Amino acid sequence: MSELSENGRRDFLKKGALGVSLAAWGQLIFSCSSGEGGEAAAEASDTVKLLTPDGELVEVDKKHLKHIHKVEKISQQEARAGIPGKKFVMVIDLARCNNARKCISACQAMHHLPSEKEWVTVKLMKDSKDGAPYWFPKTCFHCDNPPCVKVCPVNATYKRQDGLVLIDSERCIGCKFCMTACPYSTRTFNWGEELDIPADTETHPHNPETSVPSRPGTVEKCDFCPDMVRMGKLPDCVTACPNGVFYFGDQNEDVVTNGSETVRFSQLIKDRSGYRYMEDLGTEPRVWYLPPRDRIFPVERGYESLPDEVKERYKNVGLDG
Amino acid sequence: MDISKKQTAILQKFAPYIERFDARSFVWIFLLSLVILVGLYALIQQIVEGHVVTGMRDNVVWGLYIVNFIFFIGISYGGAILAGMLHLFKVPWRRPIMRIAVLTAFISALIGPIFIILCIGRFDRLHYLLIHARLQSPIFWDVVAISTYLIGAILFMYLLMIKDFAIYRDSDVLNLPPWRRNLYRALSLNYQGTESQNKQLAISKNLIALIMIPMVVVVSSVLSWIFGMTLRPGWHSTIFGPYFVLAAIYSGAAVIVIMMWIFRRAYKLKDYLTDKHFAYMGYILLSLGAGYGYFTFSEYLTSWFGSERWDSEVMEKLFNPAEYGWWFLISNIFSIIIPIVVVAFKKLRTPNLISLAALLLVFGMWVKRYLIVVPTLETPLLPIQDTRPEYIHYSATWVEWALSFAGLATFILFFIVMAKLVTIVTVSDYTEKER
Ligand code: SF4
Ligand code: SF4
Ligand code: SF4
Repeated sequence: MSELSENGRRDFLKKGALGVSLAAWGQLIFSCSSGEGGEAAAEASDTVKLLTPDGELVEVDKKHLKHIHKVEKISQQEARAGIPGKKFVMVIDLARCNNARKCISACQAMHHLPSEKEWVTVKLMKDSKDGAPYWFPKTCFHCDNPPCVKVCPVNATYKRQDGLVLIDSERCIGCKFCMTACPYSTRTFNWGEELDIPADTETHPHNPETSVPSRPGTVEKCDFCPDMVRMGKLPDCVTACPNGVFYFGDQNEDVVTNGSETVRFSQLIKDRSGYRYMEDLGTEPRVWYLPPRDRIFPVERGYESLPDEVKERYKNVGLDG
Repeated sequence: MDISKKQTAILQKFAPYIERFDARSFVWIFLLSLVILVGLYALIQQIVEGHVVTGMRDNVVWGLYIVNFIFFIGISYGGAILAGMLHLFKVPWRRPIMRIAVLTAFISALIGPIFIILCIGRFDRLHYLLIHARLQSPIFWDVVAISTYLIGAILFMYLLMIKDFAIYRDSDVLNLPPWRRNLYRALSLNYQGTESQNKQLAISKNLIALIMIPMVVVVSSVLSWIFGMTLRPGWHSTIFGPYFVLAAIYSGAAVIVIMMWIFRRAYKLKDYLTDKHFAYMGYILLSLGAGYGYFTFSEYLTSWFGSERWDSEVMEKLFNPAEYGWWFLISNIFSIIIPIVVVAFKKLRTPNLISLAALLLVFGMWVKRYLIVVPTLETPLLPIQDTRPEYIHYSATWVEWALSFAGLATFILFFIVMAKLVTIVTVSDYTEKER
């Protein structure tokens, strides 16, 4: 199994990289937001060493680092067609999730989202009164029979051949029909004219693959990070998760990886009885779940250390007793 | 063209209302314009700040605007189909009602779609609906339906007015400024009442009346499918098409009754809009109300009895007095029970009571539309786990209310203006031989 994993992983990387070398893995580009580094760096607990353009080695607080998208310019046609030969799929292992919420913050950082806007959410679920509660991370399911796409009157949200459901914010008229049509409450709307986003994202070339910058009065959601995939990297939520909950990969190659472990998709689903959420709706999600069996954390672990504000959200399930 | 004695008498009666604006209408116009101005101010707020100024958020993405849209467009469909039927079946008592019915259809068809535009996040991209149209979207069907319908409604109203325009043009009873004579001259399309003109006009009128009936059925079903096509409890229902059709006709009929009552009082039209007319309209309300009540009952009975998880959650909200229970009750009492009771008993079947019942009915129907839109959106399949109250419960803001009242004010204002332009009964329908 491990041999196969290694091969599978290399294979995935090679093909997923689409010509970008393996070095792309380390290529997350940081930029130091200038000026205010001084006083905070003194008490920094989390620092990284960086090489400045003039060859100096500096140590900066991670807090002052900011992700910058490195995107090859993708044409609208390419962004609508998808990456040839791929069929992206995600597997979420419910047995490993302890609501660490790192997926949420990583996704927000990558897409310059305000703190309340969560493209990936972690719900506390309990399917019946006497059932067991479990943490349920949820991205967009990139459904194969997507109700959201069916209803869009202007083709702003569309399905690609690689399985992704994306939104062209330059096309969206903000009718919100897709939001009522999506049965999984996936989509978010930019309600304000003034968006709480950094101004420099405005200069970012707009593209449905990066979903940046946000546009007022339009709909947004999880995009499965095809820009990362084009660079041969995994979506941010996948790499950020400390527990390896998210597996991402290509169903055509039958390989998924959570960054540290690479497995055959079909085998994983078979061994762990993978299922899709609300299969009966006929939406054919591309996200699979592994049931929370033999959990590595008690469910309370994800609750106790939460700030009160977040705890409050899970009141309807009530882990307090 | 020839104007008979009877028609001259009618013109004399209506002359003061269409010749000039009296002080009373000026007061009304002033007050209504104030309401509309407040609405415009709200609109500017919404444009500058974005949709944050509304009560809509990520769960309840549609609110009062969509409610008003269904409400007004429903009234319009109702007015049009009733006018079509009354005309086509040559219902003998239709004469003083036709004009009110087509005006109701026309004016509310103008106001309804405005609310859709208010609800859209990017109305600067509205033209994308045409240049990037996508056939499989129910919104596209609705765009086609409403624009086709609007053309139909305007044509229908116009064809029914041509003879009257010719009468206003030629009548020496009316003391009109030259520009209005010219206007009527243009609008009357040189209608002189010749044999062949008469025949053509009669055929066109019958044809458009005939077209309006199935058209209304289609377009109001399309409207309902915007909801019916989604996988949402309370919306995903096969009954929604006919349910919306019936509700539309019902609320349209009620608005016609209200307008009849208003004009009967304001213009002292007791000789035209007699108690009989109210009673007949009352019978129409009664039969529609019974049908509407039946649909309502079977829709909620099946959902409640089947008690699927999601359906039950919505039902629970509708039946629970702490949530929408009272409103659900009020809506059903106002829009089903009261109209039926008022019309069923001879003692209660007076113009005043029927009109009051119609008013309550229209209000009840508005509430009903709210109860269709909002509770379902507050009940997504995945639990809302949020602490921001506005993301959990919808409550409309002053901006949405201001624009809603502006819509109502515009409706009344347009009616006042139209009632200056044309007589509120169709003069040309009063020929010597009939009655
Ligand atoms: S989860 Fe919702 S938004 Fe995502 S593809 Fe499916 S229906 Fe569309
Ligand atoms: S809100 Fe935008 S993406 Fe959604 S259906 Fe309307 S136009 Fe399409
Ligand atoms: S796949 Fe990308 S967009 Fe989707 S939740 Fe993960 S990081 Fe966010």
